[in-house]
Amino acid sequence: MPLDLETAKKEIVDFCHSKSKSKSKFYFNDFTKLFPDAKAREVKKVLTALVNEGVMIFWSSGSTTMYGLAGEGKQTAGEGEG
Amino acid sequence: MAKHKTPLLDQLESGPWPSFVSDIKLECENRAKNEKGVEFQIPADCPEDLLGVLELSYVDGETHWKHGGIVGVFGYGGGVIGRYCDQPEMFPGVAHFHTIRVNQPSGKYYTTEFLRQLCDLWEFRGSGLTNMHGATGDIVFIGTTTPQLEEIFFELTHNLNTDLGGSGSNLRTPATCLGMSRCEYACYDTQALCFNLTNEYQDELHRPAFPYKFKFKFDGCPNGCVASIARSDFSVIGTWRDEIRIDQEAVAGYVGGELAPNAGAHAGRDWGKFDIQKEVIDLCPSECMCYEDGKLSINDKECVRCMHCINTMPRALRIGNDRGASIFVGAKAPILDGAQMGSLLVPFVKVDAGNDYQEIKDIVEGIWDLWMEEGKNRERLGETMKRMGFQKIIEAAGVPFDVRQVQEPRTNPYIFWKAEDVEGGWDRDIVEYRKRHQQ
Repeated sequence: MPLDLETAKKEIVDFCHSKSKSKSKFYFNDFTKLFPDAKAREVKKVLTALVNEGVMIFWSSGSTTMYGLAGEGKQTAGEGEG
Repeated sequence: MAKHKTPLLDQLESGPWPSFVSDIKLECENRAKNEKGVEFQIPADCPEDLLGVLELSYVDGETHWKHGGIVGVFGYGGGVIGRYCDQPEMFPGVAHFHTIRVNQPSGKYYTTEFLRQLCDLWEFRGSGLTNMHGATGDIVFIGTTTPQLEEIFFELTHNLNTDLGGSGSNLRTPATCLGMSRCEYACYDTQALCFNLTNEYQDELHRPAFPYKFKFKFDGCPNGCVASIARSDFSVIGTWRDEIRIDQEAVAGYVGGELAPNAGAHAGRDWGKFDIQKEVIDLCPSECMCYEDGKLSINDKECVRCMHCINTMPRALRIGNDRGASIFVGAKAPILDGAQMGSLLVPFVKVDAGNDYQEIKDIVEGIWDLWMEEGKNRERLGETMKRMGFQKIIEAAGVPFDVRQVQEPRTNPYIFWKAEDVEGGWDRDIVEYRKRHQQ
């Protein structure tokens, strides 16, 4: 069954908030685990929508990319820009 | 007068090689003079600070760069790599000094106009320092600040007709050799395939969802000018199914000395008379050639496409007519595990623009589905392959098992038959069996 966009968005954001004490950046795989029956591409569409809305951001080390909630984590303050 | 004293870097310039230190100093001078009257959008003396921080790293024996961050252009998860100096007061020009990767032109063909546009843009909005090209093939712009990123992205995509390259857990910028544009060995149109797949997989290039990086590279023939077999997770190498075409008259021309071997390369010294036996026949790795009574013959079934004979006598030997490509998967550099060359997945596939390369795309997508599902974080396809077994990749790619996928028969029996593949399945009459075999 295809994912309902709004429900899936909420689930992802809630998941990030629930972990916010321990970590602020997540691998793509962390989200696919939330939707074991969905295809990875569907999960990607939900994340892309969240990025386009500015709710989530990409964090990149250069070699690996992670996702996080906008404004969360140490990095945002430390950079003083972006 | 240099802003920072850099005795250790100066020493590097004394070596016999072209020096990046000299290059950076040249850019320092250019920006200080500013003969073109450029309105620099980031500190004009940032190359000076770059030399300064590098000198400090040499003195301290440790880096003063932090990398990674949330910088990027809107909607893209790759193409920009955040770089920050951990001594921003000492080196304010490079406090924020992000790298931008730009998709290189196919086959690295440039017009002077395009090069000038790139350099002018980068002088204006960046450090003026470039790396042509990064290991994956991108144009690398070294050093700018966050507010410049969107401006540069707009200019590249609207006026320079190019795009950011890949970084992070993305499909990386695909790379190709010159292919048919200049090379008679090209067995398929590498540039067309590279262009098509780059456009088809825009989402994979810019929105990261892979366990780690993934690279495509396209070589037109087994000479492998982009070294795809060593450097890409998915390597497409041109080959042919029929015979190497032999022009016996031209063979005689090489033997008689009328034609220069290697198309006249290595002509800097006298290597003596061309000896076909020593220089070609005896060097054939599968020993499938012979030259007798003035006639060259090749046992094409045994040919392993090393290209040596064709490279040595290009006028006499030419690639076959039934052309296509072989696909190799899993090459990588030693990050988690050791370095790996690509393993043969598809011995031969027609590279068919007519059906939009669907056969190749099906293989790619099958592999991605498996890797995205099963790949661990920061695990390259080559590592997933080693961990799960090559058989899984073959199944995911939807290609038939082939004896040529086995490198050394009987040393690694990694293809395990399933019950449905075997006549009668696994069931047997044990009583019948024991009549013939004692326990």
